[in-house]
Amino acid sequence: MSFYDLIWLVPLFPLAGALINGLVTHQLGLKKSVANIVALIGSGLALIWGWAAVLQWYFTEDHTVSYVVKVFSWISGGDLPLLSGGTAPLEVAASYQVDPTSAVMVCFVTLVGFLIHLYSVGYMHSESDKAYSRYFSYLNLFMFAMLTLVLGSNLLVLFVGWEGVGLCSYLLIGFYYEKEWCASAGMKAFIVNRIGDFGFLLAIFFTFGWFGTLEFSELFAVLSQHHGDALVGAATIIGVLLFIGAIGKSAQIPLFVWLPDAMAGPTPVSALIHAATMVTAGVYMVARCNFFYQLSPNAMLVVAVIGGVTAIFAATIGLTQNDIKKVLAYSTVSQLGYMFLAAGVGAYIAAIFHVVTHAFFKACLFLGSGSVIHACGGEQDMRKMGGLKKYMPKTYWTFLIATIAIAGIPPLAGFVSKDAILAKAFEAGYTDLNGFGGAYYGLWILGLCGAALTAFYMFRLVFMTFDGAFRGGEEAEHHLHESPWTMTLPLQVLAFGSVIGGLLIGFPGILFHKENWNFIEGFMGPMILGAHGHGAAHAGGHAVSFGLEWALVGLSVTVAAAGILVAYRWYKTDPEFSIPNAMAERFPFAYKLLLNKYWVDELYDATIIRGTIGLARFCWEFDARVVDGVVNGTRHVTVGTSFLSGIFDLKVIDGIVNLIGTINQTASRYFRRLQVGFTQGYAMVMVFGAALLLAVFFISF
Amino acid sequence: MPLEQFVPFIPEIFLAIASFVLLVGGIGLGRRGMRPLALGAVGSLVVTGILVWLFGRPAGEPEVILGGMLAIDTFAVFFKLLVLASAILTIMLATGFLERFRYGGGEFFALILTATLGMFVMASGVNLVSLYVGLELMALSSYVLVGYCKLEVKSNEGAVKYFVLGAMSSGILLYGISLVYGSLGTLDLMEIKTALVAAPQDNLVLMLGIVLMAFGMLFKVAAVPFHVWSPDAYEGAPTPVTAFISVAPKAAAFAMFLRIFAGAFSPEIDHWRSVIWLAAAMTMIFGNIAALSQDNVKRMLAYSSIAHAGYALMGVVAGTAYGTWSVLMYMLVYTFMNIGAFGLVVLLETRGYAGETVKDWAGLSKKAPAAAAGMLILLLALAGIPPTGGFMSKLYVFAAAINAGYIWLAVIGVLMSAVSLYYYFRIVVQMYLVEGEEAESGAELVRDRWAEGVVLVSVLVVMAIGVYPAPFVGWAQGGLNALGLM
Repeated sequence: MSFYDLIWLVPLFPLAGALINGLVTHQLGLKKSVANIVALIGSGLALIWGWAAVLQWYFTEDHTVSYVVKVFSWISGGDLPLLSGGTAPLEVAASYQVDPTSAVMVCFVTLVGFLIHLYSVGYMHSESDKAYSRYFSYLNLFMFAMLTLVLGSNLLVLFVGWEGVGLCSYLLIGFYYEKEWCASAGMKAFIVNRIGDFGFLLAIFFTFGWFGTLEFSELFAVLSQHHGDALVGAATIIGVLLFIGAIGKSAQIPLFVWLPDAMAGPTPVSALIHAATMVTAGVYMVARCNFFYQLSPNAMLVVAVIGGVTAIFAATIGLTQNDIKKVLAYSTVSQLGYMFLAAGVGAYIAAIFHVVTHAFFKACLFLGSGSVIHACGGEQDMRKMGGLKKYMPKTYWTFLIATIAIAGIPPLAGFVSKDAILAKAFEAGYTDLNGFGGAYYGLWILGLCGAALTAFYMFRLVFMTFDGAFRGGEEAEHHLHESPWTMTLPLQVLAFGSVIGGLLIGFPGILFHKENWNFIEGFMGPMILGAHGHGAAHAGGHAVSFGLEWALVGLSVTVAAAGILVAYRWYKTDPEFSIPNAMAERFPFAYKLLLNKYWVDELYDATIIRGTIGLARFCWEFDARVVDGVVNGTRHVTVGTSFLSGIFDLKVIDGIVNLIGTINQTASRYFRRLQVGFTQGYAMVMVFGAALLLAVFFISF
Repeated sequence: MPLEQFVPFIPEIFLAIASFVLLVGGIGLGRRGMRPLALGAVGSLVVTGILVWLFGRPAGEPEVILGGMLAIDTFAVFFKLLVLASAILTIMLATGFLERFRYGGGEFFALILTATLGMFVMASGVNLVSLYVGLELMALSSYVLVGYCKLEVKSNEGAVKYFVLGAMSSGILLYGISLVYGSLGTLDLMEIKTALVAAPQDNLVLMLGIVLMAFGMLFKVAAVPFHVWSPDAYEGAPTPVTAFISVAPKAAAFAMFLRIFAGAFSPEIDHWRSVIWLAAAMTMIFGNIAALSQDNVKRMLAYSSIAHAGYALMGVVAGTAYGTWSVLMYMLVYTFMNIGAFGLVVLLETRGYAGETVKDWAGLSKKAPAAAAGMLILLLALAGIPPTGGFMSKLYVFAAAINAGYIWLAVIGVLMSAVSLYYYFRIVVQMYLVEGEEAESGAELVRDRWAEGVVLVSVLVVMAIGVYPAPFVGWAQGGLNALGLM
């Protein structure tokens, strides 16, 4: 027996922790130390077992194929007819798999997850015992769901994890449920995600309908056998539907609105769920299902356009936000856009690579902001911060390193992975990928502009928070302090990862004629469906000349440096921030547009939410006036009046749903009249029923 | 007649003796002896279970005993163990209930045991005579159990209605059996099947016999239009009895239904299928829609039980091996989720049938969070929501219908499942969403360890089947190894 044969233990450890903390520690109201131990053991064992399993698998098994561990047969639905003709047995196993994609994900999810558990010990210490055990129970449950998501070997197990992380996200956003805005932020996240999940579910149905299996390895095999255009239509539909799910989960246009509100949760949750892991599930899923996208140029273009536009759209909003967590939230949306841009140009490995590096520096940034908020006594407005670097040096240095990483300065992790994405986007334009070269060039330029904006708003954040003089008043200044080691240790580990992570796992060997030094490209390569004459991107090709590669590197470093320089001029050298203030006055519309996030929330409120309420009200009014009027008019008519009033006399009718309910209820009352209570009557019903069935029998006989 | 062939019959013999002992012991001990008697009853049912495992299992191939009257096969073992489980859970529910309502326990437990004995014969009978005798033993015991609270008017009323209509349906069933015997000259299920395979029949007398037998069986599973007895009997009966007769006799009746129709009459399936199809559709539609307007929870669950019989009938309509084991699976899940839900009604009920309306559930999540959570899971299971066993079992019967080409029946089933959410969630709304004074007005839970244990077991089983269905499906599929069925 080996570690990787028992890979299902990895999600099971945190599940056990969640159950113990939720059912025992919480119910009995035990001390925080108990909850700590249980939660840390749960996530710690997942970390140890996950890494041990992956390493052992890497060195003993063939790591170009998926190693599937079937735990048990879950759903067996018999032979079902397929859309493509023929039948296939609906057999879905609860099974996990170890392969390069899931190995990469498991390693970083367990590591970042454990570090954030550790950080939470320090961050949440002022909560009550009950809230504390509830928090850790949810956090462990999240780890279970996330690991199920990345380890699942078929779409349905992935979907179980997908829904599980959504549930935990909802529970943790609304963790401070006594505050109404936190509770409604949780609901917003849940409802917006439902829209995406609807697409995902349809994609699962269509996948089974066309291919008769939900197993990734089987789908891969089927689709790699494919020649010609027979399945392109199916792949396009499934790919777009899957991507709708990803749009919801990974907060892309137009469903990104929930993520900034999700910052209502505790900051470690924002770091773990809403930056490092859960929101990247959409990217993981698209990369995992690359076999659909590789067949469908249109689906790829949809992914790339949504990703590229989101990247710059969210970056522009980030320019003007003053809440430290809101800036990071929009930055996350923007970075997720880059990942989808990568997936959309066929660079799935670069997408996953950016997921990993982003997990390090963005978790570090969020935890750093948590440390700052912790020190400032809950204050999140950067205008009331400043000069924190001398009070909390460890937080400052780790935060600065992560900022340099996300800004794209070599050789830190963010540079390596973001440059890989931009290079691939350029290459897609250069090689006229799928005949959409112009579009890809446009997206590459958007990405480049977004990189400059990223560098600008991140350094704006650093300068406003850590430089200059403290602007929060003397009282607050008195309380400023460095955080305890349980909080700074994760920061240091993550900052270290942000420095070396990029070069370590994704060395840009193409720049040095050492392609095989790029570990992740070689490792994950077999997971990507090769192109079959569709002109799709070919991994690691030499389409772009050597000099041009270096020119691209220089270009992206230049734009990043430009962004930093502007931020330096505007926010570091001038404590009054006079230039940006003057800009805001000079271009009031543009400023308000960005500050109010393009009024997207207001737009949705005015159209979709008001529209739904309006429809409901219309139905209610219709019922109340027109229908009741008709009823009142017919009251004089003897025939059928009592029956009709039975339908319409109900007091509470609002909306179509209840109208259907009404009809059913009325039918129900009508049926109930059959049940009058006389035995003779019952016998009559039976005899008439029997006569009816006999008649049917003899007619069909 | 060699004595060895009585060896597989030992569980039934033991059950008969135990019921006599309990009856006599009940007279001797009176009301004070409730707990010892209950322990004795549970103990003898557990021993019966062990005896079934030791002696009642087929050694290899299925065999017949007692002159071709009973079969010893895995199909019978499946239903026997299921019936035993529901009998044990019923006695655990009933003990505290009878104490609170001041009724004696001896006859009650004895009657549960005789009903169980009858159902054993229904599960293993392979001759129409033995099946009928088992059916009547079960039915007569049930009539008395329904009227057990002799001081309550509703209990008496329910019992009389159940008895009169039951007698009528037995008459129909017997008439059907006599017509079948008249046409084929045999009562043995294997011989009937052999005869029908050898020479497919289309003579009207035989067909009429088959259809009349179908009517009798539809009455026993409370399918529309032969369901009329069940709402009154379920509402009037003492709640533990309602729990019992809504699951065990239904499971046993499905065992008999499958043996006769999916087994002996399977060569004629194209003739009788339309009748069952229509009954299944009407049962699902009527049961669910009638449940919508019920304010009495027992009556609501009675209509919901009718609806569940309709879902299970889909597996009979399919007529395939998949359809057959999906019925077994459905009965397994249904038994636990229904007993669990009724168990919570028992816990909420006080003297004079108070605590039965939907409003009595108000605010339960605050007063008893664990009980409310248990009820929530059971209601989710009844509505067929994953990850409960209720979802899995519905999936299997729907899949069986679709696989056999009865897509419209499955569509009706799915739509009606959606309707059922409404009335199940009326209780959830009361438990979780009602606040303020209204929440205070709800009923208080009775303290009853045994009944709480029943609910806990039910919830665990329902969840276990939902999350990890493979072994349960394995058992249900093992039940296909039945005499005269495959």
